[in-house]
Amino acid sequence: MKRPKIFIANEIPKSVEEYIGDHCDYVMWDFSKRKTFQGIVDHIGDVDGILEVGMKIDKELLKHAPKLKVVSNISVGYNNYNLDDMKDMGVLGTNTPGVLDNTVADLIMGLIISAGRRIVEADADTKAGNWQKGEMDKFFGKDIHHSTLGIIGMGRIGEAVAKRAQGFDMEIVYHNRKRKPQAEERFQAEYMEMDQVLQNADFLVVMTPLSEETHHLIGEVELGKMKEDAFLINASRGPVVDEEALIKALQEGWIAGAGLDVYEREPIDRKNPLLQMRNVVTLPHIGSATRKTRDEMAMVAAKAIVEVLEKGDSPYIVPELRKR
Amino acid sequence: MVKPKVLIGYPVKDEIMEYVGEHCELVQMDYSKAITYDDIYERIDDVEGAVVLITPIDKKLLERGKKLKVVSNITVGYNNFDIEEMKKAGVIGTHSPGILDDTVADFVMGLLISTARRITELNSFVKGGSWKKIENNHLMGLDVSGTRVGIIGMGRIGEEVARRCSLGFKMDVSYHNRSRKEGAEEEFGISYKPMDQLLAESDFVIILTPLTEETHHLMGEREFSLMKKNAILINASRGPVVDEKALIKALQEERIAGAGLDVYEKEPMDGDNPLLGMDNVVLSPHIAAGTQKTYDDLAWNAARCMVRILEGEEPVNVIPEMRG
Repeated sequence: MKRPKIFIANEIPKSVEEYIGDHCDYVMWDFSKRKTFQGIVDHIGDVDGILEVGMKIDKELLKHAPKLKVVSNISVGYNNYNLDDMKDMGVLGTNTPGVLDNTVADLIMGLIISAGRRIVEADADTKAGNWQKGEMDKFFGKDIHHSTLGIIGMGRIGEAVAKRAQGFDMEIVYHNRKRKPQAEERFQAEYMEMDQVLQNADFLVVMTPLSEETHHLIGEVELGKMKEDAFLINASRGPVVDEEALIKALQEGWIAGAGLDVYEREPIDRKNPLLQMRNVVTLPHIGSATRKTRDEMAMVAAKAIVEVLEKGDSPYIVPELRKR
Repeated sequence: MVKPKVLIGYPVKDEIMEYVGEHCELVQMDYSKAITYDDIYERIDDVEGAVVLITPIDKKLLERGKKLKVVSNITVGYNNFDIEEMKKAGVIGTHSPGILDDTVADFVMGLLISTARRITELNSFVKGGSWKKIENNHLMGLDVSGTRVGIIGMGRIGEEVARRCSLGFKMDVSYHNRSRKEGAEEEFGISYKPMDQLLAESDFVIILTPLTEETHHLMGEREFSLMKKNAILINASRGPVVDEKALIKALQEERIAGAGLDVYEKEPMDGDNPLLGMDNVVLSPHIAAGTQKTYDDLAWNAARCMVRILEGEEPVNVIPEMRG
């Protein structure tokens, strides 16, 4: 039997490459080169699968890959998939849920504490040699313990954040499309309407996936309802927050600060005013970026692609594309 | 009845001033600039009570302050008290234990996650305009949840850190302490280990011992050499518990992966301290207890301790050396 062929568009660990080699033929992008649309097109004319991170998968691309059966995202988010186009062309898509929950939740707690307690600001100031005697109130921050954590979008990562917050005796309130009685019981989390979550939270964590309904879910109106000493934390997807509105809210002091791992445009534009703000922690989309987790994600994504190509099915196919 | 004259030697919030003013006569101070030892010395002659932050209460001050009955420290530590001289002069010293534990434990977790996930370094990376491509294999950090943490010094703050690590982050927590803490072992599922074993097995080593003759340079070259190569040191107790020269050497020779520090052998730090130039080290200017709420609570406690004693009530929070 002829072995299926895969295009590997992102760097993966040696062990994952070997696993793929045991099951498929593959070509890999030359990682010393910048990725271009044409370059990608040149690689996919005869492939059955693509293993990638965040590559835009739509008709434009798919029409150059007549044999393609499956695209495998090495990430949990899959807003790069044009689901309608993929359905039309009969291409399946997979993602890697579950593997990265703890690593992302760790970073979210890190964003909460480093924004609330002003750790990045204090570190930069100390390293610049500005520490002077008798200025103990210079970096007074906001207490984390016994404050109220508001979670918008209570999925697996939301629950992992709630679990951590319990260690800090935080009060947990959340909003989600549907109520999560189990989470309510496990974390003493209280379900509230969106507005109430906005009004109550000291730290508002946005954890919804990006969809048409959640695009700009947090805009001027929502930011205007938040407390003046509250912080916004976003480590889900940039466009869930209307960045222009957030910048305005920060400039005008509607909220105290923000901790961000994602942006409307990535990498972030160098002229973005967020880069000038001391009360904003800006990270380069590293929510899941630890060696161990990334290796595990790449392996899950590789297994998903092999499963689809060998058996025609995989539990990692995204819900919208699963066979009914 | 004549109200006793008192002095507040560090700015505190208005409500505290009002409370003290109702019970005592306040000595006028100019809080718009930093208050020095001399400012306090000049005004101490007919004062019966004082609230201070880190002002040395020494022989010279006590000789001028003949009417002094009580000095209340805003903080927990009281190495500014000359205890023998205070005893001789019949001056009671009080402090503020138990108030800042949660706030310090929060900060310890912030240092730990910031160091492991490179939050300060990557914030500078983004703000400095260095984020140019999505590929982020060079921005990987270390996982926090599920790793092993070793806490050296299991007092009240240690227990709060253990709660966060164990309940929140599912970390495997061990500790070393002069005495076993069976209560904490049971409550947080933590285990006692000999010092060397703890150092050799931990991914994160957190120092929380008070500074005494025995704990001076507790962490030296030998101890760092026992630690894992990918381990991180966190110190938020007192600087001299760690031999800073040995720490710098261990970091320079990559014998450990990084450090998160709030305290130093010399504070403020020297401008040429090599730690200032290290990306894998998070530095903060001794602010682990620094939130407005905690500071206000500490100041309230100090003010109440002073007023109680001046009004002849049972003293509270007297430093251990002066009890019974």
